[in-house]
Amino acid sequence: MKMMIVEYLAELSFYYSFNVEYCVKVDTKHLEMGFLNFEHSREDSEMPETVNDEQRRRDRESAFYLFTQQRLPACKPVLTPTWFDSRVSSSFLQVVEIEERYDIECVPEPFRNDKVSYIQADSIPKNCSLLLKVDQYMKAPIYIYYQLDNYYQNHRRYIRSRSDQQLLHGRNSHGTSFCRPVESNNNRPIVPCGLIAWSLFNDTFTFIRGKAELKVNRTNIAWESDRDHKFGKNVYPFNFQNGTWIGGGKLNTRIPLSDQEDLIVWMRISALPSFRKLYGRIEEDLDVGDYVVVQLMNNYNTYSFGGKKKLVLSTSNWLGGKNDFLGLAYVVVGSCSLTIAIVFMALTQIRVIYHGTGYYR
Amino acid sequence: MAAATSRRRKGKIRWSNLYSFACLRPLTSEERPAGRDVIGQPGFSRVVFCNEPHLHKRKPYKYPYNNISTTKYNVLTFLPRALFEQFRRVANFYFLLAAVFSLFSLAPFSRASLIAPLVFVVGISMLKEAVEDWHRFLQDLDVNNRTVKAHVSNGVFVDKSWKKLLVGDVVKVNKDEYFPSDLLLLSSSYEDGVCYVETMNLDGETNLKIKRCLEASLCLNEDEEFSQFKATVRCEDPNPNLYTFVGNLEFKKESYPLSPSQLLLRDSKLRNTDYIYGVVIFSGRDTKAVRNSTRSPSKRSRIERKMDYIIYLLFSMLVLVSLVSSIGSSLFLKHDMVDWWYLQLPDSSSSEEDDDHFFNPSKLVQSAVLQFIRALILYGYLIPISLYVSIEVVKVLQTMLINKDIELYDEVTCKSVQARTSNLNEELGQVEMILSDKTGTLTCNQMEFRKCSIAGISYGGDITEVDLAASMRMNADFEPFEFSMDETDRATRSFELYEFSVSGFSAQNGNARLLKSEEPVIKGFNFRDDRLMNKNWINGTNLSDITMFFRVMALCHTGIPIEDDSHKTDKLSYEAESPEEVSFLIASQEFGFQFFRRTQSLIFVKEFDPSSMKEVEREYKLLNLLEFSSSRKRMSVIVSNEDGQIFLLCKGADSIIFDRLADNGRTYEQATTLHLSSYAEDGLRTLAFAYREIEAAEYERWNTIFTQAKATIGPEREELLEQASEMIEKDLVLLGVVAVEDKLQKGVPECIDKLAQAGLKIWLLTGDKRETAINVGFACSLLRQDMMQFHLSLSREAESNSQVKAMEEEILQQIQSSYKLLCEEGNNEAPYGLIIDGKALEIALRQDVKDEFLQLAVNCASVICCRVSPKQKALITRLVKQYTGRTTLAIGDGANDVGMIQEADIGVGISGMEGMQAVMASDFSLPQFRFLERLLVVHGHWCYQRISKMVLYFVYKNVAFGLTLFYYELYTSFSGEVLYDDWYMTMFNVMLTSLPVIALGVLEQDVSSDICLQFPALYQQGPRNVHFSWSRIVGWILNGVVTSLVIFLANIYILSPTALQQNGFVADIDSLGAITYTCVIWTVNCQIALFTSHFTWIQHLSIWGSILLWYIFLLGYGALPPNLSGNTFQLLIEVIGPTPLYWMITVLVVVVSLLPYFVHIVIQRSFYPMDDHIIQEMEKRLKKDDMRDNQMWLREQRNSQMSTNVGFSARVEAKVVSFSQQMQQKKVSICRSVTNSPIYRSITRTPFS
Repeated sequence: MKMMIVEYLAELSFYYSFNVEYCVKVDTKHLEMGFLNFEHSREDSEMPETVNDEQRRRDRESAFYLFTQQRLPACKPVLTPTWFDSRVSSSFLQVVEIEERYDIECVPEPFRNDKVSYIQADSIPKNCSLLLKVDQYMKAPIYIYYQLDNYYQNHRRYIRSRSDQQLLHGRNSHGTSFCRPVESNNNRPIVPCGLIAWSLFNDTFTFIRGKAELKVNRTNIAWESDRDHKFGKNVYPFNFQNGTWIGGGKLNTRIPLSDQEDLIVWMRISALPSFRKLYGRIEEDLDVGDYVVVQLMNNYNTYSFGGKKKLVLSTSNWLGGKNDFLGLAYVVVGSCSLTIAIVFMALTQIRVIYHGTGYYR
Repeated sequence: MAAATSRRRKGKIRWSNLYSFACLRPLTSEERPAGRDVIGQPGFSRVVFCNEPHLHKRKPYKYPYNNISTTKYNVLTFLPRALFEQFRRVANFYFLLAAVFSLFSLAPFSRASLIAPLVFVVGISMLKEAVEDWHRFLQDLDVNNRTVKAHVSNGVFVDKSWKKLLVGDVVKVNKDEYFPSDLLLLSSSYEDGVCYVETMNLDGETNLKIKRCLEASLCLNEDEEFSQFKATVRCEDPNPNLYTFVGNLEFKKESYPLSPSQLLLRDSKLRNTDYIYGVVIFSGRDTKAVRNSTRSPSKRSRIERKMDYIIYLLFSMLVLVSLVSSIGSSLFLKHDMVDWWYLQLPDSSSSEEDDDHFFNPSKLVQSAVLQFIRALILYGYLIPISLYVSIEVVKVLQTMLINKDIELYDEVTCKSVQARTSNLNEELGQVEMILSDKTGTLTCNQMEFRKCSIAGISYGGDITEVDLAASMRMNADFEPFEFSMDETDRATRSFELYEFSVSGFSAQNGNARLLKSEEPVIKGFNFRDDRLMNKNWINGTNLSDITMFFRVMALCHTGIPIEDDSHKTDKLSYEAESPEEVSFLIASQEFGFQFFRRTQSLIFVKEFDPSSMKEVEREYKLLNLLEFSSSRKRMSVIVSNEDGQIFLLCKGADSIIFDRLADNGRTYEQATTLHLSSYAEDGLRTLAFAYREIEAAEYERWNTIFTQAKATIGPEREELLEQASEMIEKDLVLLGVVAVEDKLQKGVPECIDKLAQAGLKIWLLTGDKRETAINVGFACSLLRQDMMQFHLSLSREAESNSQVKAMEEEILQQIQSSYKLLCEEGNNEAPYGLIIDGKALEIALRQDVKDEFLQLAVNCASVICCRVSPKQKALITRLVKQYTGRTTLAIGDGANDVGMIQEADIGVGISGMEGMQAVMASDFSLPQFRFLERLLVVHGHWCYQRISKMVLYFVYKNVAFGLTLFYYELYTSFSGEVLYDDWYMTMFNVMLTSLPVIALGVLEQDVSSDICLQFPALYQQGPRNVHFSWSRIVGWILNGVVTSLVIFLANIYILSPTALQQNGFVADIDSLGAITYTCVIWTVNCQIALFTSHFTWIQHLSIWGSILLWYIFLLGYGALPPNLSGNTFQLLIEVIGPTPLYWMITVLVVVVSLLPYFVHIVIQRSFYPMDDHIIQEMEKRLKKDDMRDNQMWLREQRNSQMSTNVGFSARVEAKVVSFSQQMQQKKVSICRSVTNSPIYRSITRTPFS
């Protein structure tokens, strides 16, 4: 009672013939989905396009012009992996990044065994300087980030502890109950309330190249919508960091929240425990061989929980910062797809050779 | 008054007196109900005051009204019960709990985002329940509002709706009406108070039952009589037993015992009787019919049951990840979080008003438990909440499509297929066994006179349809082959074929018959043979025998003629106990022997006299009538003609008649036997006709014995009568046989054929007798001639002993010997048929025998159960279901099939002529049996595939989405923070991914309907559960895991920690959430695009529209003021929209996460293709080339038919084989004779050319 159709082994020849047909179709699917440009690899399969071959490719295309004429429109911007490779990897070349960890070096030798008491002691000066060497030409604007590791801004208790209402409308607004446990002090509300604001990052950096101080632009480091619509223009810090526990940075009570860009940046919660936040921009180019001295105030306590602090200088391109993973991913995926396609095509060809085209024609 | 009565008596036909000859029928007065003395005891306490229904409105004699209700809910109970039903589902209950928790601060999401989908989901399901119940209510209303004439007062009868009837009401039921409740028969239009009742709805038996009122109530046969009528009935309490009734009628101060023959049951129909009077004894839910019906169980399909396991699997996944989260959280809390000063965790020292129970290092266990609960809710996206509701929506839409299928519309009855419950659509695609009723389902309960063999000559054609089809197939088969034969041989071949195909009847004619283009002009008479028609039989050779044959036909019966005024012709119509007799009477009228009148003892026949060539009226004196009974299998009349000659005319089963033939009566035996077998193979019901001339003296002698026997009272009476009839029914002269066709419904053989090719097993369960069942088995090709038949039945001795042990042993022995035979011969694929009758079945289904029986039955190609009671039908269905574990479908049309329909996995009712009970109990109703083919092979196949694909995809998308939530937890120290905005998550199942999957569930087709029908083997995917196997389910879960990993990791690694855009801004949690979510939406929607094989614009719209909708949603959400949109404010416009990285990640992630599945399908399609893949390919190619008759195509099509032992094709196949064997032999012999002939030798030796 077996279904004959399932016993296809007995009728291999026929199924092979259909399989041939199918594979072609599959490959067209590949094409449509942007996996790889099958039309190319079929006609001139020995021709993987790389950055260096850019010119040669053009030539060959024009040489094959008559030959490929009919198909040219179809070859239009199909997103092949090779195409991405060239763009992506070339664009990464332009991004230069300098990363310097400073949380240990900036603790004076005697305090290295007990960093927490060092950072908590107000009497000890916290200033520190770093020397950065520029290995590659960095074109302005150069973005300054501070990077914290093992810092869980995304902790649920932390992330909820804020009042958007208060940030926009000031201390008389309702909804500050979300701010627990930093809600009020001495029965007076705290503006801005909540754990996030209270733990504001307060290390400061100044950059000196040679003799001159590099100008750091610290405006426009927060999203425009935040400044315009989420932080009140008439809301001023009040009763902030006056409690028994002092968290992080203090705020200038004369500047409205909408202009406190450090706070705005800080309050944009980072998604992961290791994150960078924008500090400012250096609007001068840095040349190869330049030395930059960073004068910093090492105020922020990451020593309690063993978090790292880093200073990052980075340029950017249209794809943002330095991003090795994306390029790698594209290259790997592209070549995988290509391999798979070639394997399938080969198998198909073998079948055609061995079994002909079957009954179908 | 007595005078008036007698006057009326004259006007009436004393129909019942016909049966004064009915010697074997026991007299009713003899019946002493066994339990008479129990009246008044517990269980027999019912008191009915006839004609005083008002007494039954109050206690203690308050009985229910006559309305029935099949609804599940009423207005009050709907809400609680429907809610209960909903939350009995594990998943729904879980979400209910989640919603409850959300009322407290436990849930990680906002309340609205948890409660809204639940309300939506439960609301839709409940709405569906309500609509379905509303339909049931309307149907009940229809039944309850039927009217019947009921007595009000002073002999006035008015129309009263059924539901208003009360116990004690006197009603008048007219011909062909249903009884509104269980009635006590008081009197009928017949003088002696009998009436005929059709109980097909109750037990499926087609012959009419006779009911007889008490002598005492005979006088109540006029409307006026009831003005003063009063009586009291004391009887048994309501019970479901159809065949017993115990009670007393107290009338005019006397007490009369009541028996079942005075009880008219609800759902049976008054036939052949103008009207009856009756009094309502049991009403509404007390009636035996309603008591017999069980509440329809709610059925769930296999896929749905398996889905529960999937849900459990996902649940365990959920619990696992929740445990991981909770443990992880407490570990973090204990070791790390205390150092995180920025959290200001409450500690034991400063236990102020800070009440964060989730992160309290001093109460570690409490925090862990709370985190666990929160995690359970958080990862709830692993459980597809909208799965149930989507499936319900899809099923309703599927149902709509099935109902609207124009191919399933019957133009004759103007009815179409109705899927009455939408739960079982996909189950239609997994059916393996069909249990079918016969009457009304396969057959129309209409007999047609088809063929006869008189005096050894067959009329009406003797070539069977199978032969015809086989020879045509062979002719066709031989055409394309090139034989290496020379011209002469080819001529021989075609000659041979001609010989096979057309013997005695022109192929042309046979062809026409095969196509059934000619419908019989006369109902019940489908006979064409010029040798007999138009009185041509007078030219026949054995004129006397032919005449005698027709006389038997016209005289040996119990029918009466009906004069129909509307008919202008002189043709009469007849009524008789069985439809066969009617067909004989019609046939004899056609042949010129018109039976036109009968009195008590005379039968009048208009005969065509061949000698005078004129029509003469003859009267025959009916001396005795020896009744038909199932044990005697024959019926005889003894008549004397005008000349005083006494004849015994007998008709009966061929074996019985042949045993009783005289030595000189066997002239035609050989020829007739041949014809008989050919008729039987065509599924025609045959009866042999014989006669005997009796000497007057012999008759007198016999008659005294007979009358003596008749007068005997006591248990030996029956035996005596039988002995007496044996004495006279012997030394018969065989005249011939007739063959009537139990007319099959349109398209039944073809449908059975196709279903058999699709690999379905068909069992026939019928209340009818064995012969009839076997005939129908042949007619619809369930049986065939070369099939080995096992008959299981009880021997008479065992039956009379009624010792269960002995019977069991006997049956067991039969089963074992049959099974042994089956095993021995099983290798050569010889088909077997099993035929079992009700009594044997009762034994065979007992606990200790049933396994053996079912083992045998399952291994037989076809099984026919005859004389089974409704209960047994249900029992068989249940046992088969349990034993084989296969999906069963029961199909029937009458109330007797209700049990079976309810018991089977799928119940199908035929919405035919009979009552609506079967339809009401069914899950699907069909106007005709033949629609079953399309319903199963097309819709079943599609729905099965759709639902399984849909469930798989649902699992996939929820796993893919839900796990990203979990992975993120790993990066938040298991604190329970969510990557996505609450509303994204709410939108996920409700809007952003729901439409494509619904479109898939409704519109997906692997192949078109034509192809489904052409390749019935595709159906096997369902029973084998190819699309919903555990490997597939696990595969899809793994696919979901891979997808979630790819999505999450790619986003994490690409977006963190560097800048997002050229302006140096980095991604925060909201932009990362939105980007990741975009990837999820793209991936799951592209996945379904890959999964779908049938794209219409709807699929395109829903898939690409869903993706677009996400952007629109994000845009709209972001455009709201910040206090509403929160962190999503202007997210798309300002943050992620202008980011090239965002779009590039989307592309990358979609490609990578779909790659595994893509490679899988490419490999599968090219190296391990499944049936549907191959057919899809072929379909595509052939559509392009338009060459359906391609050799390839045909071969594939033939291969795709299950090799089967039942069905018309199988019979033709078998015939072809036997023909070719015969031909081979012939060819060899011809060849030998030719080569041996001297001429041939001379030619070969001296070649001239």
